[in-house]
Amino acid sequence: MDNLRELYQEVILDHNKNKRNYRKIENPDGFAHGVNPLCGDQIDVYLDLKDGVVEDISFDGQGCAICTSSASMMTVALKGKTEAEAQALFKSFHHALTDEKQHPEDVPLGKLKVLTGVKEFPVRVKCATLAWHTFDAAFKKLKDEITTE
Amino acid sequence: MSNVAQYDVESIRNDFPILATEVHGKPLVYLDNAASSQHPVQVIHAIKDLYESGYSNIHRGVHQLSQDATKAYENSRAAIRGFINADCIHEIIFTSGTTESINLVAQSYARPLLKKGDEILITHMEHHSNIVPWQMICEQTGAELKVVPISDQGELEMDRFAELLSEKTKIVSVVHVSNALGTVNPIKEIIDAAHAKGIAVLVDGAQAVSHIPVDVQALGCDFYAFSGHKLYGSTGIGALYGKEKLLNKMPPYKGGGDMILSVSFEKTEYNTLPYKFEAGTPNIAGAIGLGTAIEYVQSIGLGAIAAHEHGLLEYATSKLKEIDGLRIIGQAEQKAGLISFVLDQVHPHDIGTLLDMEGVAIRTGHHCAQPVMERYKIPATARASFAMYNTFAEIDVLNEAIKKTIGMFS
Repeated sequence: MDNLRELYQEVILDHNKNKRNYRKIENPDGFAHGVNPLCGDQIDVYLDLKDGVVEDISFDGQGCAICTSSASMMTVALKGKTEAEAQALFKSFHHALTDEKQHPEDVPLGKLKVLTGVKEFPVRVKCATLAWHTFDAAFKKLKDEITTE
Repeated sequence: MSNVAQYDVESIRNDFPILATEVHGKPLVYLDNAASSQHPVQVIHAIKDLYESGYSNIHRGVHQLSQDATKAYENSRAAIRGFINADCIHEIIFTSGTTESINLVAQSYARPLLKKGDEILITHMEHHSNIVPWQMICEQTGAELKVVPISDQGELEMDRFAELLSEKTKIVSVVHVSNALGTVNPIKEIIDAAHAKGIAVLVDGAQAVSHIPVDVQALGCDFYAFSGHKLYGSTGIGALYGKEKLLNKMPPYKGGGDMILSVSFEKTEYNTLPYKFEAGTPNIAGAIGLGTAIEYVQSIGLGAIAAHEHGLLEYATSKLKEIDGLRIIGQAEQKAGLISFVLDQVHPHDIGTLLDMEGVAIRTGHHCAQPVMERYKIPATARASFAMYNTFAEIDVLNEAIKKTIGMFS
């Protein structure tokens, strides 16, 4: 049960119930649709960048509590971050959930740390990382579009 | 009820060693039987004994072990024949499971027969394994896939079935018991209606054979497919029943060893039934285990098993219906021992994880039946499925664990 409490901390349950930035952005700079084919979870991520900073970020879709709260917390964590900071946070978060060893370049996770309990539930790691991969896809698509213009 | 009263579930449980294990410090409550059932010690011993003292490749071997293994393998085929009451032994083809059985019929029966404009009729409650092989045939032949809709309760809309069954229909492929809803379909009615128009019917019996007695001759179906691992046997083994006259006309599905009479580079003559469809070295131990599993099921009696499971279903349904915010997906009149449900506040994956911590193993997700999920506008369900060894006390554990889950999320 300790593991379970670690997985479903109050902060996570709260973000699941009261989703932050759970809305569409009309004509976003970046957008991606994320699907976990194993379980059917679907997350859409919308992204606006201004002068290299995440000006606005939102999500919608449906998933389990881990997936939903991770998406919600991600939007809070990324708003106002520079592109480089956002990428570093994604990498560090991913490392924290999937890798045993420390990476020297990892940055502090702040509030996202509550999600690292997922590590004890390997089948649920994908739930926690879906939104982040979707963000990454939206971001990369945006960058591709910019470089090809 | 007299059957249920005499039913000795504790002695059955003693035959399944895994049921004594603990998960997260709690006694295992195994309610994931629709995904795969557990093995009785008789099956485990049959496989162990084979590898320890009787194993060899089968057919054509002149030495003793090969003859013994061949005999055991063919005895299993005979056991399957008796189990589903096929007319003759060579109507039973060993396959790797239901999926391969369906693909065999699709590729070997339907593909040579179908042309552009023809139709294949399936239903909205099929498992992906009874959808995708037909979509492949449609791509290969230009035929079209037609789908019988399902009602809000989870029953086939039989009037729509009658309308969709047309001159263009060349094969009907339908699930006997739905893995996502638990619905028992009116197979006999479907077969009779199709036969009246000269259309062959394949029945996907993966979820049926361990729960209800199946008599392929009484049903009259042309093909019947099932898997060993949902019938207290192992994965990688299953069977296809086909009517002799159809199987004889069908070309082989795979080429290789054992399916030939003679091979030269000029001409190969195919073997007779059932070997024509069994190319390559088969899953010998799996087949022998399946034969033992069938004997075990018969020793208890499918009638008694069905009555016990029906009791569990009714008890669990009444208990779960009392839970606020719980919705049962699939409330057909005729159901096998399986309950799919969703909770207002809790996603199925979270239910799965929380129940697991209570020792309760259920399945969550789309159950390889995404069209069913789409039909009921849900992303996934939690599914508890029962087997001969489950108890009423286990339903109580499930019930309490669900309540605890809701409490945590409210």
